[in-house]
Amino acid sequence: MSAHRERIVIVGASLAGLRTAESLRAGGFTGELVLIGDEPHEPYDRPPLSKTVLSGRIGTGRLALRTSDLAARWLLGVAATGLDRAGRLVRLADGGSVGFDRLVIATGVRARPWPVAEQAALNGVHVLRGRDDADRLRADLAAGPDRVLVVGAGFTGSEVASSCRDLGLAVTLVHRGAAPMAGALGTAVGSAIGVRQRAHGVDLRVGTTVAALVGDRQGRLRQARLSDGDVVDADVAVVASGSLRNVEWLHGSGLAVDARGVHCDPACRVLDTDGAVVDGLYAVGDVARWRHPLFDGAPTALEHWGNAVDQAETAAHNLTRAPHGVRFNEAVPAFWSDQFGMNIKSVGLPHLADHVVLAQGGFDRRSFVAVYGRDGVTVGAVSVDSPRVMDGYRALITERAAFPPRIDATDSPAFATPSPILEGAARP
Amino acid sequence: MTTTAPLPAAAAYGRLMDQANRHDPYPLFAELAAEPVQRLDAHTWLVARHTDIARLLRDPRLSARDDAPHGGPDAPLGSDGLPFAGPFLSLDPPHHDTLREQTMHQLVPRILGMRPHIEAAVGQLLDAAGGGPGRLDIVESVAYPLPVGVICELLGVPREEEPVFHSFATRLTRGLDPVESLSARQIADLEVTRRDWRAYLLPMIARRQADPGADLISGLLTEGDPAHRMNTLELGATLGLLLIAGHETTVNLVANGTLALLRHPDVLARLRADPGLAPAVVEEVLRFDPPVQMTGRHATAPIQVGGQTVEPGDRVLLLLAAGNRDPLRFPDPDRFWPERPDNAHLAFGGGVHYCVGAALARMEAQAALSAIATRLTAPRLVADPPPYRPTMLLRGPRELLVDHDGITGRAPASG
Amino acid sequence: MHVVIDLNRCQSYGQCVYAAPEVFRFRGGESLEYDHVPDARYEQAVERAALACPVRAITLGRPSEAVPAPAAGGVR
Repeated sequence: MSAHRERIVIVGASLAGLRTAESLRAGGFTGELVLIGDEPHEPYDRPPLSKTVLSGRIGTGRLALRTSDLAARWLLGVAATGLDRAGRLVRLADGGSVGFDRLVIATGVRARPWPVAEQAALNGVHVLRGRDDADRLRADLAAGPDRVLVVGAGFTGSEVASSCRDLGLAVTLVHRGAAPMAGALGTAVGSAIGVRQRAHGVDLRVGTTVAALVGDRQGRLRQARLSDGDVVDADVAVVASGSLRNVEWLHGSGLAVDARGVHCDPACRVLDTDGAVVDGLYAVGDVARWRHPLFDGAPTALEHWGNAVDQAETAAHNLTRAPHGVRFNEAVPAFWSDQFGMNIKSVGLPHLADHVVLAQGGFDRRSFVAVYGRDGVTVGAVSVDSPRVMDGYRALITERAAFPPRIDATDSPAFATPSPILEGAARP
Repeated sequence: MTTTAPLPAAAAYGRLMDQANRHDPYPLFAELAAEPVQRLDAHTWLVARHTDIARLLRDPRLSARDDAPHGGPDAPLGSDGLPFAGPFLSLDPPHHDTLREQTMHQLVPRILGMRPHIEAAVGQLLDAAGGGPGRLDIVESVAYPLPVGVICELLGVPREEEPVFHSFATRLTRGLDPVESLSARQIADLEVTRRDWRAYLLPMIARRQADPGADLISGLLTEGDPAHRMNTLELGATLGLLLIAGHETTVNLVANGTLALLRHPDVLARLRADPGLAPAVVEEVLRFDPPVQMTGRHATAPIQVGGQTVEPGDRVLLLLAAGNRDPLRFPDPDRFWPERPDNAHLAFGGGVHYCVGAALARMEAQAALSAIATRLTAPRLVADPPPYRPTMLLRGPRELLVDHDGITGRAPASG
Repeated sequence: MHVVIDLNRCQSYGQCVYAAPEVFRFRGGESLEYDHVPDARYEQAVERAALACPVRAITLGRPSEAVPAPAAGGVR
């Protein structure tokens, strides 16, 4: 017997990587643990960046995520640049490399940059993904710009706009789709939230894109030209138009990897280009693309805090228990967003839906719940300011209840007809 | 013979309601929990498993509106000709939400500053109980006067009226028990009590309307959006709820906690050595011997639970005390173990009706139990089990006599 | 002390706010905000908060292990 101590290397030192490491130790893994992170910071919580951090209520130094000791080796501030499967090595940006017995891929995503490099380089143009991004943007917002342009009204963009309004800043929020967050929540719910964004003073432009960011001679952002010909004066812009998966380091490794993520099974085991499980390789978090056993539909990456935690626990379980008792991640997905004084909660996968129906409250009332269906099956529910009823909806999703489900709560609408998820548009 | 065989749960449930078993319902809860979800009768279900109860408390298809005579806007007129407005505990959204929100708006800032005041009040109660060896009724000396004093202070009721409040609370509590467990006489008595309660409250409300003070009642009458303010009947129902829920339950929590400590001298010793254990002790009392043993709902739509289908209109009894001892959720559930990890008990309910006074109850019980543990020398139970009050839904000792070798002085107030 | 709340589990019962208002607070009616690294003087209150959470959403930890500064490079 060799005295070799098994080494698990986790590439990615944010929530998914950290939770995998913590769950491995909690599950009794006594071998070597190595965490590799491209950011120079110890793991921190990202959701507050667009909310409490930008509005100045909490500093980026107060977002610690670790809750236990890991007895791990940390390699921070260095990105992984390659994977040598045969040699079982991760190559690093500094020229070094780390050997592994088993590997967890948790490299996450980065913000999709503004596509025109010279415009992206203008002073005042930001993206928001990491804490350094947040610190830079916070400094620009604290300086009191006359107007902030937010490009993209997804969750990040909407939360950034909310924080700007908290600070009393004028905001123009430009969105390609028919309503804020419509890609995730559909047109009906997105529009209801859009009404509230406008009521909070946001200059919301839907069905619109930004054609160009325009700077002055000093290289400072001054204006944005919109697709409808309008020109908006703005000295700060936040580009919040989605993310790119950090998978380039895996190209050529023979794994099933593309721009949509690292393809894995519900046990978080990475698949190769033939669709076969690769021994000892796992993927978790935003970078992992998989099909949830509870839902029909194509495999997708779920860029949510909860998914990172759920997958981390699944991967750690399977790393410590496999091959006996391989577990699938069957936790019902969930996410939240806090913006404009509203608490939005989602269970299931509303983005898969073809129809949505109001189940409780009203789109014009402070609180409501909407239920999402796909092919006559309940697949999701979204609440605004009603977090205490969501377990009931989760049960409907778990049992794959017929859509629309019968609720008949006292605050359910008397008549509610399901509407197509994206009104006037085919499901993508 | 052509009699219908009684459902298996009915016998155990009957014994649960029997006052002879009030001192220890837990073997009966365990018996009922053999089936996670079962029929009590044609239209009533019993739910005993933690995971099912926790979910159903948060399921919009269960209405809290009940059909007992003490609740609901459809309830008959009282003998004083006024309709009885149900407290928001037995109302549903959206009406529930506006009443609850206004109440919370008044309660939260008042509760936030309450901890030092509560600790001082507990200290005074034990000071008053004397210094030398003797016998103390924990219910009479601490468990009752503490919460009634706190609720009277919140509501701005003068101290000399505390006995009146106490008497109303005791009499109104009976109305929370399942209606089939009450005799015609008890139902008639309840009606009288409710009429008397209104007769007592309405002038008090009118005085504050005319001359508002800094108290919670004045706040509810005068603050916030006038369009949504409670009317007099809603206010009366809310105050009745705060009185019963904020008083009787805490009496039981402190008494049940003291009893558990005296039955578990090792825990008592640990708490005495480290009053910082008090929050964990209180959470474990809430799990182990909850003041509220069950809660009822009505289904508005079909619900799948535990392999059964609850039909619209069916009544669902959520056996909180059984869920708190569910071995699938709590390892070694019958052990009183404050250090247990992950103590997600159901004592305060959950969902939109989660106890509005939970934080206040916690502060009161933490202060009372740590003071009892640290200040009573060699406390021991005089009668085990102690005598219990007759009510089932809110369950607790009628008196809890403790012999002791002395009550030591208060520790100096800590920062 | 480090505090991490699973805001998917959180249902805004507010018990943490009552226990440690210096560390936890609501913004709007239902949105919880908190300090992940509360001042040491609030530790007892934060422990009370974690115990009182009805949905067990609060995790506390006291990691003692330091996370080293960015590596200088080289072979490992």
